[in-house]
Amino acid sequence: MQISISEINEIINKEALSDGSLIAALEEIQERFRYLPPEALILASERLGVPLSQTYAVATFYNAFSLNPKGKHCLHVCMGTACHVRGSPQVLDRLESKLAVKAGETTRDHLFTLETVNCLGACALGPIVVTDGEYSGQMTTQKVDQLLRTILRAEAKP
Amino acid sequence: MNRMQTATKFQNWQHALTSGWDDTKPCLRVCDGTGCRALGSQKVLTALRDEIHQAKLDTRIEVVGTGCPGFCEYGPLITVYPERISYQKIKLSDVHEIVTQTLVEGKIIDRLIYTDPQTGAHVHHEPDLPFYQKQKRLVLDLNGRIDPTKIEDYIALGGYSSLVKAITTMQPEQIIVEIKASGLRGRGGAGFSTGLKWELCRNNVLQVGEGYIICNADEGDPGAFMDRSVVEGNPHSVIEGMIIGAYAMGVHQGFVYIRAEYPLAVENLRIAIRQAEAANLLGKDILGTGFDFQLSVRLGAGAFVCGEETALMASIEGRIGEPRPRPPYPAQAGLWGKPTNINNVKTWAAVPIIIKQGAEWYAGIGTEKSKGTLIFSVVGKINNTGLVEVPMGISLRQLIFDIGGGIPKGKAFKAAQIGGPSGGCLPAEHLDVPIDYESLTALGAIVGSGGLVVADEDTCMVDFARYFMNFTQEESCGKCVPCRLGTKAMLATLERICAGEGQPGDIEYLLELAESVKNSSLCALGQTAPNPVLTTIRYFREEYEAHIFDKRCPAKVCKGLITYSIIAENCSGCMVCLRECTSNAITGTKRQVHSINPELCSRCGVCMNVCKFEAVAVN
Amino acid sequence: MVHLTIDDKPVEVNEGRSLLEACREYGIHIPTLCYHPALEPYGACRLCVVEVSLGGRKPRLVASCVYPCEEGAQVKTNSEMVIRSRRITAELILAGSYHTPEMLALGEELGVKEVRFKLVEENACVLCGLCVRACKEIVGVSAISVIQRGIQKKVSTPFEVTSSRCIGCGTCVLICPTGAFKFESVAGFQYISPSKSAYQLGYYRLGSELNLHPNYVENVSALLMKPKDKDAAYEG
Repeated sequence: MQISISEINEIINKEALSDGSLIAALEEIQERFRYLPPEALILASERLGVPLSQTYAVATFYNAFSLNPKGKHCLHVCMGTACHVRGSPQVLDRLESKLAVKAGETTRDHLFTLETVNCLGACALGPIVVTDGEYSGQMTTQKVDQLLRTILRAEAKP
Repeated sequence: MNRMQTATKFQNWQHALTSGWDDTKPCLRVCDGTGCRALGSQKVLTALRDEIHQAKLDTRIEVVGTGCPGFCEYGPLITVYPERISYQKIKLSDVHEIVTQTLVEGKIIDRLIYTDPQTGAHVHHEPDLPFYQKQKRLVLDLNGRIDPTKIEDYIALGGYSSLVKAITTMQPEQIIVEIKASGLRGRGGAGFSTGLKWELCRNNVLQVGEGYIICNADEGDPGAFMDRSVVEGNPHSVIEGMIIGAYAMGVHQGFVYIRAEYPLAVENLRIAIRQAEAANLLGKDILGTGFDFQLSVRLGAGAFVCGEETALMASIEGRIGEPRPRPPYPAQAGLWGKPTNINNVKTWAAVPIIIKQGAEWYAGIGTEKSKGTLIFSVVGKINNTGLVEVPMGISLRQLIFDIGGGIPKGKAFKAAQIGGPSGGCLPAEHLDVPIDYESLTALGAIVGSGGLVVADEDTCMVDFARYFMNFTQEESCGKCVPCRLGTKAMLATLERICAGEGQPGDIEYLLELAESVKNSSLCALGQTAPNPVLTTIRYFREEYEAHIFDKRCPAKVCKGLITYSIIAENCSGCMVCLRECTSNAITGTKRQVHSINPELCSRCGVCMNVCKFEAVAVN
Repeated sequence: MVHLTIDDKPVEVNEGRSLLEACREYGIHIPTLCYHPALEPYGACRLCVVEVSLGGRKPRLVASCVYPCEEGAQVKTNSEMVIRSRRITAELILAGSYHTPEMLALGEELGVKEVRFKLVEENACVLCGLCVRACKEIVGVSAISVIQRGIQKKVSTPFEVTSSRCIGCGTCVLICPTGAFKFESVAGFQYISPSKSAYQLGYYRLGSELNLHPNYVENVSALLMKPKDKDAAYEG
């Protein structure tokens, strides 16, 4: 993805108008570019008057931020208590073995990022996998296979 | 929408809306909370609106997407007004029939009706559902009835009248007296007297000249979605409570700190704030009284520790979510060093109710020291997973069996974890404990924010404790030694025990670490992290001992202590499990009995799930 | 003036003093690690805990470096609960730094018999935060910070490369209680780099004859020595 410095500056300037909104600025940049480019951290530090060391600490402290680009499709597996009790570890295992990555990693072709989330709050439907914002409830290992097949089929289309 | 220049103008507007509200009109109320959305409620809503349009009924019948009414296990949910017929587990294919049969011909579709598993009786109407009988829905009352994105709905049913009452007829000190008299205690988990907290903050604000209020909507307990549902389903109740609180404490700026993982709640909250501002109920010169109050939304960034009030404030200030030592307490020096009052979503939402009905009325609910109602998200091994609101003092037994519908598949109740990763579990012997702050603390548990996870005979309590310790250890901010390293040491020990490598002395070591982490950690995350371990050892010590000394997991859960095998008599040789096994641990040919190689088997359990002949056993 | 009782002894101190300051005033020894008189107290190591009881309430442990002196408080600096807590805390610090001499000495002082749990990777850095806080509060440069979260926490420069803000004052090296920082010489310039390799290597000592505690170093340039052979760093 092309990093647009002007876009980054625009986001930061908007947030600079409200107090202590470093995190809000970073969240918007993360959403826009799917990661935090180093330029963003440096520009945010300068514009908001925050030492770069603090910005970098913030960028590495919170789960919402990533310093590396994410895959095209983000799969979030809920590891909340209710989902755990209903079998989310099996669902995660299946995804890890099918995608050949561990939770938190991105596949080498940058197609998938697999992550765990601590409770999405939709516990009646556990186990849950969220794919690019879309919720799939009552997941089983078979449904995982189905889900991956559907995504790959859509990718294969010209 | 018109700006309400004065309270009188608002009251006129409210009067008009209330008169216009008609529960006898045909209407379909569909739950559109996150839970039901995950089950397809949005598609159901679209399909309903299409069908109704096709049948040319749009002018007569309204379709409303509401917040979560709590009966999540049976979602997607539709309630047909005016009869309040409750339809459950709706599929897209049911929509046409609902329109043609029920709306046009007035016939009830039996297969969509709730059937009581105990009696077999059909329950047609929402208020008659056994699920709701022992509940007392005050904060959740309007969830399921109003459209959360329409302020008019909230106002029509009495919303913002408490604000008018407070801001035009009561003095700030009076409001605080009222909140104190109501006995309302913080619903975030600590249970501190809300009125007292407000009083402390107000005194400091008067000295310093400014301050802040914050709504803690960073609900991070796994298995908890109460706060989310309140913000999604009735955001104005929180806003109204905060404006009243701001007026009482003399502050003019507030924040709602809410998890970014709750997009629908964030959206509905933002819409509500905009609408309240447009109506002059929020912002500058509220209802012409001269009182200003600005409310902003701040998103969390994926850190459970930011539910702790000082870490939360650090996050708003743009810093890492590391808690600060207390004293000074936020009421003395909080956000940017100014007096700050932080309350949980459910606490703020209770304020308009108390102002409207009066402190005495509210204090009449509950027990001597714990007043009012509690909202629980009841999840895990329970039939009626969902959101419930109960009066303080109700017994755990009533909550789990009468409201929760008991344990699925006829299994035995084993324990209930109350308070999430900071809480403790209660075993069957304590099922009759009244649920209130003091009673639960005496048993090693906490009320917490309201997450209740039910475990049955197939749950391994050591694995359960390990799960929670894994969570807290991952979420530890890492600032202080006891939490950063102590939770790691406890987790490593629990993992060893679950893997079959437990050693004599491990239980004593866990207890020693637990005491230290509990007593010397900097913040409540570390101080409460050992609770699940402490309570599981207290009530289920024999399970720990079985793991350590017998190398056995009685509940057959811990991977290191179980083996999967094929029951030869039942195996039909269909090869389904063989294909599904990701570890290539199953061998066999068509119509020959299969076998599992324990060396390769990863204990994932897929084979057991897919086998249609019950030919897989766990030992 | 505030009046309280420490170890059954009546004590009188100025308003605004912390319990630790009061104890030091009266010559009562409290072990500390992350405390430094020139910096804002941090309350992270939890070694300075003492037992406090106010108004007959149940005694609890608080970090004396951050807890204020309160009128009528009953303080115990070496009760059973305090001693047990300090011992476990020291044991846990050793879990991550089990070859660091200063931490071993601390452990011995506080009664650690056996280090029952050890992290896979050892690190001389005990995350006391003194270096970061000094760089921010005294030097005013904030060239380093503590990054990541939980057990992954470590002291680092932004992007884990040489800092462009570092002015080479050496305060971080001086203030570090375990000597986990090292200097490097590159092309005639001396710069401080809390580099990844330094932490992976673990512990590096500049010279046995130098005492790295603050106030003992007379000449900063004496510290600017070439690093010794890497393998000699481990003391086994």
